[in-house]
Amino acid sequence: MASSPSGKPVLYSYFRSSCSWRVRIALALKGITYDQVPVNLLKDGGQQLAAEFQVVNPMQQVPALKIDGITLSQSLAIIEYLEETRPNPRLLPQDQKKRAQVRMISDHIVSGIQPLQNLAVLQRVGEKKLEWAQHYITNGFQALEQILKNTAGRYCVGDEVSMADLCLVPQVYNAERYKVDLAPYPTITRINKTLLELEAFQVSHPTKQPDTPAELRA
Amino acid sequence: MASSPSGKPVLYSYFQSSCSWRVRIALALKGITYDQVPVNLLKDGGQQLAIIEYLEETRPNPRLLPQDQKKRAQVRMISDHIVSGIQPLQNLAVLQRVGEKKLEWAQHYITNGFQALEQILKNTAGRYCVGDEVSMADLCLVPQVYNAERYKVDLAPYPTITRINKTLLELEAFQVSHPTKQPDTPAELRA
Repeated sequence: MASSPSGKPVLYSYFRSSCSWRVRIALALKGITYDQVPVNLLKDGGQQLAAEFQVVNPMQQVPALKIDGITLSQSLAIIEYLEETRPNPRLLPQDQKKRAQVRMISDHIVSGIQPLQNLAVLQRVGEKKLEWAQHYITNGFQALEQILKNTAGRYCVGDEVSMADLCLVPQVYNAERYKVDLAPYPTITRINKTLLELEAFQVSHPTKQPDTPAELRA
Repeated sequence: MASSPSGKPVLYSYFQSSCSWRVRIALALKGITYDQVPVNLLKDGGQQLAIIEYLEETRPNPRLLPQDQKKRAQVRMISDHIVSGIQPLQNLAVLQRVGEKKLEWAQHYITNGFQALEQILKNTAGRYCVGDEVSMADLCLVPQVYNAERYKVDLAPYPTITRINKTLLELEAFQVSHPTKQPDTPAELRA
């Protein structure tokens, strides 16, 4: 049950899931071909909750990646595994302190912002979901803008694309989706714009996935 | 974390913060002496895994991540699940925002997270979360179980989590770092 019959890795993904997008970018940057199985988080009460998917990933979340005989979930754990097993091009700097900065920025987005505005939480919050999402993204971006002022070059940390950049772009997409005013975050905005010019960030974009609905397709 | 004039690392820590506790365990396991500056936190930043990975790279003994790449991925997956999938949804700041229904909210997210975690651990666990060596995943587990108990989550459905937690709490590093034994632990909670 490891990889598809073709031997390629299989990614369980939702077009609009920022966690799935991070992994799609990583696979694209590293030139890893894979099969994609869409999991719709809204249809049928949420296909991620179906029994068949629970066998794939007990956490009932996307992304999940079947690769090399194992199934991994959690986008950063997947990206770190890809980095260790397919090291080129690098997604983590060689310098230990810079590497820690990349991880710190990634953790900040992945633990400190995204979970507070993911689909399931907003469904639970109910009516005030927009205000809730804006609150947590704004809080998170205020802190992130300060961090990036110290660490950024062309990209989040110095001048090489790293795991932090893979986390940044999907989070900015969410910010825009929830109508967060980005004017207070010039560093975030600049880096996001620069990253979106790269092919890996384009081919992996939510508007270009097999499961992108027609009305959102690029 | 920074360095004090003595050259020792300085940890800014809150006695009851699970994020701080994870790092305290790591420092204890690696035998790193440090100065502690208590801070009263309303926000847990969740960036402590980056600190632990840095400690692992710069002070590699004893290991907190297995050498095997697939096991290492499992350790990170479990750690991330707790640190991104459970803890942020029940941290202090969020519960204050949730207001009245905070206990129910906390219980909901811990229960969801533990249901999934119990399944994963059934596959990965030996004596500890992944095989028989203490790893970063274990550093994440114990503080989360402490939170579960604090929010009165029934742990009976999670025998693997419970067993591993109990085994880990026998280790000195998990005891010296415990919330009931910190410089800023209030008298009524002190062990």
